[in-house]
Amino acid sequence: MTGRSVAIAIVASLAAYAAPLAAADLTVGAGGAYRTITSAVAAARDGDRIIINAGTWREATIVITAPNVTVEGRGWPVLDGQGARGVLIVAADDVTVRGLVVTNTGVSTLDDRAGIRVRDARRCLIEHNRVRDNLFGIYLQRSADCVVRDNDISAHGLSQTTSGNGIHLWYSPGARVENNHISGQRDGIYFEFSTGGVTTGNVSEHSQRYGLHFMFSDSCHYERNVFRENTSGVAVMYSHGVVISHNRFEHSWGAAAYGLLLKEILGGEIRGNTFTGNSTGLFIEGSSHLAIADNDFLQNGWAAKVLASAEDDHFTGNRFAGNAFDVSTNSRTANSTFDGNWWDAYRGYDLNRDGVGDVPFHPVRLFALIVEEHPASLVLLRSPMVGILDAAERVFPVLTPDALVDHHPLMRPPR
Amino acid sequence: MNIVMLVFQAGLRDLTRNRWIAAYMLGFLLIAEGLFWFGGTGPQVALSLLNVVLLVVPLVALIFGTIHVYASREFVELLLAQPVPRRQLFIGQFLGLALPLSGAFAVGAGIPFAWHAGAGTGGGALLALFTAGVALSVCFAAVATWIALSTDDRLKGVGLALGVWLATTVVYDGLVLGASAAFSEYSLERPLLALMAGNPVDLARVLVLTQLDVSALMGYTGALFERTFGTGIGTTVAVATLLAWCAAPLALAARRFQRRDF
Repeated sequence: MTGRSVAIAIVASLAAYAAPLAAADLTVGAGGAYRTITSAVAAARDGDRIIINAGTWREATIVITAPNVTVEGRGWPVLDGQGARGVLIVAADDVTVRGLVVTNTGVSTLDDRAGIRVRDARRCLIEHNRVRDNLFGIYLQRSADCVVRDNDISAHGLSQTTSGNGIHLWYSPGARVENNHISGQRDGIYFEFSTGGVTTGNVSEHSQRYGLHFMFSDSCHYERNVFRENTSGVAVMYSHGVVISHNRFEHSWGAAAYGLLLKEILGGEIRGNTFTGNSTGLFIEGSSHLAIADNDFLQNGWAAKVLASAEDDHFTGNRFAGNAFDVSTNSRTANSTFDGNWWDAYRGYDLNRDGVGDVPFHPVRLFALIVEEHPASLVLLRSPMVGILDAAERVFPVLTPDALVDHHPLMRPPR
Repeated sequence: MNIVMLVFQAGLRDLTRNRWIAAYMLGFLLIAEGLFWFGGTGPQVALSLLNVVLLVVPLVALIFGTIHVYASREFVELLLAQPVPRRQLFIGQFLGLALPLSGAFAVGAGIPFAWHAGAGTGGGALLALFTAGVALSVCFAAVATWIALSTDDRLKGVGLALGVWLATTVVYDGLVLGASAAFSEYSLERPLLALMAGNPVDLARVLVLTQLDVSALMGYTGALFERTFGTGIGTTVAVATLLAWCAAPLALAARRFQRRDF
């Protein structure tokens, strides 16, 4: 190396170190200084911006190790995993990834390949990407306070066993998952050991398994999401202090499908959601101290199945209309309360015109109870005999749980 | 064949002059249109209509059928005094009863669905619903004819018809429910399948339910039903059984008519 070139190299590196704020743009592709993303990423320093121009890039797994780097696609460059590997790994704090098409990781049973993986990195921002046909879409592991928003994630033609999750969070507290669209993955959105997250405005549909699936993730908020036509609906388990509000749970239809399945949830709110056309709208097992308020249960098979193991859950201000069964339970005692809901099956009257029916309403039909004890008797669904039986029980309640009663049924729908 | 047409036309004229059948048709029209009117989607209307069909169609076919056969007794006796083959006379008379009944149902319930272009109801479900309604009309018209030909006491005849209605729509299902509770330790899916085929009203109900997606509510039994009745072969078998339920009472009535000393 000549003395002159050494001098240039020294000046260049001095400039790089002396002015970290004067972030450089590293352009990959047409008109840029870099021919591969890998070389640009290797050259990137703290605060740099890597701009990837349109084209298809087939490279070994790209690992971003410099902090505070922005990776930005122009004209939707395609990063192709060629069915053989994960595509992009973020392993530094404060990294932004946007405007990329990330595709084709292929299926592996040995490693959880992901389109975009964030590993042990804080405050990442993954936005406006198109994530197509990957095993896992966006995978956050041990990465706190990240934001994943406005991504479009889809997978096709996969089965439950050969598919991963759309947005997967593992030990990643404080995440914000916003306005993403996910379809065809195993679980649309998956939280495990990830506390304090906020999930809003997402659409998760046609999942092989659950639209949303979370476990051991306390104090999370789920608001204004749409979960639609997922094979098994939405399942949330083993968490405290969960708030699920103003979401739509729609058309999860099948023998083992639930609009929203709650298992071992302690304390929380289920408020203002709409459950439409699910075989079971809301299924509650072993969950206690829940406020279930102002929800709409429309055209479900069972609007709410509340097992005896669910204690001190309070249903109030909900609207039940067009369901085959409003409430079903497996016990003749009631450990949850219903008060001030609107039931389309209510036939009472309101003499003092205060908007509250004067006759209590028993939401558990006799037939629902019979079915719970003898499932085979479901063949009599919609039989005229069953109608007579229910009418008789309504007049002289003998068998249905006495305690499971709405003492203040509303005369008019609350909404 | 002339005689069949003649008696059929006479019966038809008799029935159309009768306001009952018009009211029956209008009733179905109003119920179906009313269900649409109150914001029902096609499948919901079909489901609500199913309950009406299961209760009303057998009742009307039985009561109306018995009364009609008793009322046309003198006309039949008059014709029998002529050189007329009994078989043709019977066929004409039965068609004159069964066709207006099933026609009134099909037209009354059909117009609203046609008007709303099905309103999102699957073709299979609509076909099942109308097949069920028509088959129940024919089946219970045949039962009514048989009853009216078997007893001369009109009051007894109508009472019997009512009894058949109660037995098929309510009592039978009560027994099924009792059995499914009593033998709940056993695997009951297959016996229940057979029991459902043993009553035309249940068979019609299950046939329609498997075509609507509520069958998913029926759990494992529903899955078995769907697999049995929902497939092409299963549906064919179910419809064939339903036809057998029409043919059996009709054969009994025809035999009674052949041998009867008027």
